[in-house]
Amino acid sequence: MAGQPSRIKPPLGPDNAWWWEMAAEDKLGIQRCRGCKTLRHPPQPMCGECRSLEWDAVEASGRGTICSFTVLTHPQFPGYDYPLVIVLVDLEEGTRVTSQLVQCDPQEVDFGLPVEMVIHTDPDGFKLPVFRLTGATA
Amino acid sequence: MTFSLKDQAAIAGIGVTPFSKSSGVSELSLAAQCVVAACDDAGISPGDIDGLVSYTLDHNEEVDVARAVGARDLTFFSRVHYGGGAAVGTILQAVMAVASGQAENVVCYRAMNGRSGKRMGQGVSGQIITSSYIHYSWYMAYGMLVPGSWIAMIANKYMHEYGVTREDLGRVAISQRNYAQQNPRAYGYGKPLDMETYLASDPIASPLCLYDFCQETDGGCAILVTSADRARSLQRKPAIIRGVSQASTRGQEEMTSFYREELTSLPEMQLAGERAYAMAGLGPDDIDAACLYDAFTSEVIMQLESFGFCGPGEGKDMVRDGALDRDGRLPNNTHGGLISEAYIHGMNNIAEGVRLVRGESTGQPDKAVEHVLVSSGVGVPTGALILGRD
Ligand SMILES: [Zn+2]
Repeated sequence: MAGQPSRIKPPLGPDNAWWWEMAAEDKLGIQRCRGCKTLRHPPQPMCGECRSLEWDAVEASGRGTICSFTVLTHPQFPGYDYPLVIVLVDLEEGTRVTSQLVQCDPQEVDFGLPVEMVIHTDPDGFKLPVFRLTGATA
Repeated sequence: MTFSLKDQAAIAGIGVTPFSKSSGVSELSLAAQCVVAACDDAGISPGDIDGLVSYTLDHNEEVDVARAVGARDLTFFSRVHYGGGAAVGTILQAVMAVASGQAENVVCYRAMNGRSGKRMGQGVSGQIITSSYIHYSWYMAYGMLVPGSWIAMIANKYMHEYGVTREDLGRVAISQRNYAQQNPRAYGYGKPLDMETYLASDPIASPLCLYDFCQETDGGCAILVTSADRARSLQRKPAIIRGVSQASTRGQEEMTSFYREELTSLPEMQLAGERAYAMAGLGPDDIDAACLYDAFTSEVIMQLESFGFCGPGEGKDMVRDGALDRDGRLPNNTHGGLISEAYIHGMNNIAEGVRLVRGESTGQPDKAVEHVLVSSGVGVPTGALILGRD
C-alpha cells in the first residue's frame, strides 16, 4: 500500500532487532540473561544484575494484567488509530511491556483487567504485539 | 579533598526576554537578549562573563552566545542533558565552576522558539539516533510520541492508587493561573481559569486534558551565578545557593520509567531533594515557597510527596487545603509557572525562585520567604535547588 501513512518503524539494532523479528513470527519475546536467568524488558546489551553480555530470549505466554493505561486523543499522527489506548501490561512471567489495547471500547479499559497478546498486522505487513481484554473476540 | 558547595555561590542576576508565541527573531537573538538582561540586572558588564552553561537541547552554542554579547575569554562551558531535567543542573555546573575557581561570572541560559520553531510538544520522530532512538522506538511504534503520552501513564497510575481526582489537578492549574493574573509577563495574564472551564477542556492523554499541560513559548531566560562574596558587592540582593543537586535513580529512563516496581512516586526527585536538603542543612519545614517543575499539573502534586512536604498519597490533601496558594503553606509557582507564565524549560522557574527570595514576585506571599525550593524536569534525570535570603 505505497503512499499510505504508516506507523513509525523502530530502528533495528543489535540490542532490539531480535524482538521485532520474533514479533514478525507472531511471538512476544522476553530477553533472558544466560548468566543469572533474569528476565528483562526493554532489552539491554548487558545484564544489570550480573553484568553478563550473554542472553537469549523466551516466548511469553502473552497473558498479563493492565498495570496502567492512557487513552490518547490528541495530537493525532498518521499511521495510528484514535482514540489510541496504550497499556502497560504486567506479564505473568514478571516483566512489564508497553503496548496497545485493541478491540476495546476506551471506556472499558481499567486497572487490573486480564489481557492477552494478539499480533497486529499493518497494511504494509509490519507486525507488532498488541493486547486485548481476555476473552474478547474480533 | 571535598568541600561543601553550601553558601559558596549566589544568583546575582536574572534576565528574561518577552514571552510570546512568535518571537519573530532567532533563538540566538533571544539567548543574547536574556544573557545581557541578567548582566544588567546584576550590574555587571557582559564583557565580564567567563562561563556559559546551557541545555543539550538548546540550539545556541556557547561560543555564538559569547560573541553575540561580547563576553571575554571563556574558561568554563558546559551542557546538561535530559530536557527540562537540565534546569537546576545548569546551576550546579555553574556553582562548581565558581567554587573551584574555574570561572567567576557564569551565565546559565535557555532560549528557544518553543512555539514558532521546534516544539517540545511535538515529541520524538525517526530523526533521532543511537541509544536514545532505540529507547524511544519502544514507544514510537505504538504511537506514544509526545511528552503528554508518557507522563499520562504515570499520572493515571498515581491518581488511581491515591484517589487523586481531576478536580485536584484543576486546583493546581487554577492556583497557578490565579498567580498569572498579577504577572504581565505571563501567557495567562488576563485569562482567568475556573473549575468549570477546566473540567470541560478537551482530553489529550487521559487523565490529562488541555489545562494540565504547560505552554509552548518563544523566549529566553538567563541566570547569572557568581561567588556569594562577589554577589554581595553587586546591586541586587543575592539569592544564596544553599543546596543544589542532580539525581537519577535505578531503572531511570528518559520520560518512561515504566518498569520500576512502583510507579506512584518520583524516586529521582526524592533523591534530588534529600541531597539538596543535606547540603543546605535544611528540611521541608524550612522551605517557605517553591517553584516545582510543572510541565503537567500531576507532577506538582507528586513532588509535594517527593520533597517531604507530606506523606505518600497526601499531595492531593495539601492541594485541597490551598497549600499552593498565596496564603497557603507552600506558595508555588507564584509567576504562573510553566503552565501559565511560559515554558522556558524550567529556567523561568529558577528566575522566579530568585524573585521570591528578593521579595519581588508579583505573587509574593505576605509571609517572610527565607528559603525557596526549585526543581528540574519530572520523569527524567532531574535536580533540586534551594535558594536562601542572605
Ligand atoms: Zn544476569
